[in-house]
Amino acid sequence: MAVTTATSRNTRDNTIVLVGHGMVGQRFLEALADRGVTERARVVVLCEEPRPAYDRVHLTSYFSEGASPEDLSMVEDGFMARHGIELHVGDPAVAVDRESCTVTARSGLTVGYDTLVLATGSYPFVPPVPGKDADGCFVYRTIEDLLAIEAYAQGVSSGAVVGGGLLGLEAAGALRGLGLDTHVVEFAPRLMPVQVDEGGGQALRRSVEGLGVTVHTGVGTQEIAVGDDGRVSGMALSDGSVLPTGMVVFSAGVRPRDDLARDCGLPVGERGGIVVDEQCRTQDPAVFAIGECALASDGRVYGLVAPGNEMAETAARTIAGDAGSFTGADLSTKLKLLGVDVASFGDAHGTTDGCLDVRYSDARSGIYRKLVVGSDGTLLGGILVGDVESYGVLRPLTGSVPPVAPEHLVLPAGAGAPVTLGPTALPDEAVICSCNNVTKGAIRGAVTDHDCTSVPDVKKCTKAGSSCGSCVKVLGQLVTAELEAGGVEVDKGLCPHFAQTRAELYEIVLALRISSYRELLDAHGREGARGTDGCEVCKPAVASILASLAATVGASVHVLDGEQAALQDTNDHFLANMQKNGSYSIVPRIPGGEITPERLIVIGEVARDFGLYTKITGGQRIDLFGARVEQLPLIWTRLVDAGFESGHAYGKALRTVKSCVGQTWCRYGVQDSVRMAIDLELRYRGLRSPHKLKSAVSGCARECAEAQSKDFGVIATANGWNLYVGGNGGATPRHADLLAQDLSDAELVRLIDRFLMFYIRTAEPLERTSVWLQRIAGGLDHVRDVVVHDSLGICDELEALMAAHVAGYRDEWADTINDPERLSRFVSFVNAPDTPDPTVRFVPERGQIKPEPILLALTETVTA
Amino acid sequence: MTATTDLSSPATALRGTVELRTADGWLAVCSAEELLPGRGVAALLPDGRQAALFLDRSGRLYAIGNVDPFTGAGVLSHGLLGTVQDRTYVASPLLKQRFDLADGRCLDDDTVAVASYPVRVEPARA
Repeated sequence: MAVTTATSRNTRDNTIVLVGHGMVGQRFLEALADRGVTERARVVVLCEEPRPAYDRVHLTSYFSEGASPEDLSMVEDGFMARHGIELHVGDPAVAVDRESCTVTARSGLTVGYDTLVLATGSYPFVPPVPGKDADGCFVYRTIEDLLAIEAYAQGVSSGAVVGGGLLGLEAAGALRGLGLDTHVVEFAPRLMPVQVDEGGGQALRRSVEGLGVTVHTGVGTQEIAVGDDGRVSGMALSDGSVLPTGMVVFSAGVRPRDDLARDCGLPVGERGGIVVDEQCRTQDPAVFAIGECALASDGRVYGLVAPGNEMAETAARTIAGDAGSFTGADLSTKLKLLGVDVASFGDAHGTTDGCLDVRYSDARSGIYRKLVVGSDGTLLGGILVGDVESYGVLRPLTGSVPPVAPEHLVLPAGAGAPVTLGPTALPDEAVICSCNNVTKGAIRGAVTDHDCTSVPDVKKCTKAGSSCGSCVKVLGQLVTAELEAGGVEVDKGLCPHFAQTRAELYEIVLALRISSYRELLDAHGREGARGTDGCEVCKPAVASILASLAATVGASVHVLDGEQAALQDTNDHFLANMQKNGSYSIVPRIPGGEITPERLIVIGEVARDFGLYTKITGGQRIDLFGARVEQLPLIWTRLVDAGFESGHAYGKALRTVKSCVGQTWCRYGVQDSVRMAIDLELRYRGLRSPHKLKSAVSGCARECAEAQSKDFGVIATANGWNLYVGGNGGATPRHADLLAQDLSDAELVRLIDRFLMFYIRTAEPLERTSVWLQRIAGGLDHVRDVVVHDSLGICDELEALMAAHVAGYRDEWADTINDPERLSRFVSFVNAPDTPDPTVRFVPERGQIKPEPILLALTETVTA
Repeated sequence: MTATTDLSSPATALRGTVELRTADGWLAVCSAEELLPGRGVAALLPDGRQAALFLDRSGRLYAIGNVDPFTGAGVLSHGLLGTVQDRTYVASPLLKQRFDLADGRCLDDDTVAVASYPVRVEPARA
């Protein structure tokens, strides 16, 4: 960076200097730009780190989800240029002269200011123990820290984190993700001492240890043992024991970075933090301080990003001449650490005079709930560990007297809890969506005054639930309650023939072992629909349920047998995909996209001999187009002889499991992704489901197989596999959610078994996993509870159902070409079996065929 | 467990030859056993046109034109049958428009219809 002296003002007559470009600094710049201040004033930013602001809250995702430093950026492309902001990265401010109103940076750059905003954040506190500066000691704060930890971890097998708070557990998750034998050392008697109490700490500890992290509480670090090579070799603990470890990460809290302010004579708090008023102004009216470096007017230093953002807004408003103040913030948090849900809100530790606790603790399942209640019954706060489902209702109730006794609010559903408190009990002013500050009254109004009839409508209308999504379940309950209160009957039935949802029909079929559509319709259809032909909605939906459960309920495994043949959609009926001119296409299964040259040649020969159009699909297979119905058995005889089987491209079933070449060939691969893709495809082939299922396996975090756009996607890690679910491409793309991490082969398969069977059991017809996951009550958390923690106690059954499917699988095409009865249906005309359909015609294009364009005759007369 | 055999009882009750009437008189198409309740078959008519024949769950026979007027493809015989307000229809497998099996009218577009044909079963001759 050129050393310049830029004390002269440019054309804009007012200069604002921001020191520090973290999340809060960036929020401040955005708030300035929103108010048009950047057009009137020159804005200069001095940033210590070598990169612009990034999402520090999600640092761990760099390890757990393979996010790149760029993915974490908080700055929209072109933001600085568009607003004429001068950003100097890698050049921290080193001195402030309040008399001459100048700031000097490390490079020597000196900038005059009219307004100075300090957003210098905090620094990690490193306890003054001997050996703390040895090779292998780190802090966990910046992307650079992370990169250094990642590099060093390559050479060691174990790591210890000093500090069992929020950040310490994040750091432990990162070390675990790097494959290290991980320890957490916490001086306090429990984990997360600030957020949770002893009971919560116990539940948390049990869950964290279940993830393979060793927890040491109530012990301090006395010394870092250093080997002859100057590298960390272990830790001496205050109880006299020695913990051998290859590296140490200090995460023992943070301290405000207030040295710039101290050095220029601004008052700071006893325990640090630049003293500011309600407008975030320091004692010097030209100087503001925001975020973690500031001591707010309520005497607290806030280490969370949400209060920092509020302070940034307040300072920007004040500078723009608008009214604004920051007097303190709600410290309610709901987060997931190492896969464990933790929430705390209000007066979590019961510091109010005369308050009482109500607790429920189940150490076996890692669940802990505590509510703090005032002497008059007012809910003051609480702590939830392991199951935070009720957070959405309890947080808005804080400050009021709940309509049911507090003990009923902490007991688990069905465990003697006579009342479940629904969101309908909340007052209208309760904030349901805290991200977008939407009250229950506003949500009710969207239904009653704006004609919203569904959660997506209400989301669009009010923005509620459109950020973190944690309130969507409550939203759904409110919308249904409001609609029902308005006399709108919400018919959740499948179609005019069934009043049940698909999920309800599934349960009926399974429980009563029903094996035919007619039996189901005649006994459980709507009144008046019994004995009819049903419709094109319920027939394939029931056929799919029967096919999924065939082996269990005793229905025929082959979809063309008996009554089942009359239920299938056309594609399933001919085991091929109908195209626009009535011809069919054929996709043989190519598991994992791996194919031998010999088989590739067979496909080429078949396509050539039958004159088929060939195209490579997006799922690493080959589609052969333009076959007539009567050609399908002939083509498949050739394919089956060569060892091919049905690819189920025609079915609502597993399609394909894509893969990258993985560890076998790729220099980056960490697992054998092709083998896993083949194993998964062969395991789930033929599985009928509410909609098609796509999958992929990537051999490393580079994700070349695009697993995160699949219904279930698998990404290799150094320790095993990460499982993602609910991804989708198509019209409404959705990135998949991480369901579980670092699974062994067996754990992965078991979890996918459960996930798929739970989806098949509960989804509506033609509902992809992405939509299902967003629609189902409780969303991803609920699905994880069910399939990972077995909260419904159905996992054994789900696994048994999948085992029955796998054992009962047979290739539909091999079975078809060996059965004259089934084969007899593959004719264009029942009265002229050897005549091809004359309406199926082709013309040449680019050396292959395409359907001949058809002239439509919509006016064909009705003859009698 | 209900066996699947009784489900096709309406079809087995029908024995003989399925015939369809065209401008030239009755045309034998197939034997009744070849029809599966709830599904259709296609027949080629002497003038080159195509008909789709269906058997519903109650054992009633229907015949309408096989060419889907919305796409020009001969596919209606491949569609699924359904019942709406006591009328039996077939849904085109391509774009899902429904056609009344009794008269060929499209239930989703009043201006569109396909041909419909009288159909009967002639008892098998001894």
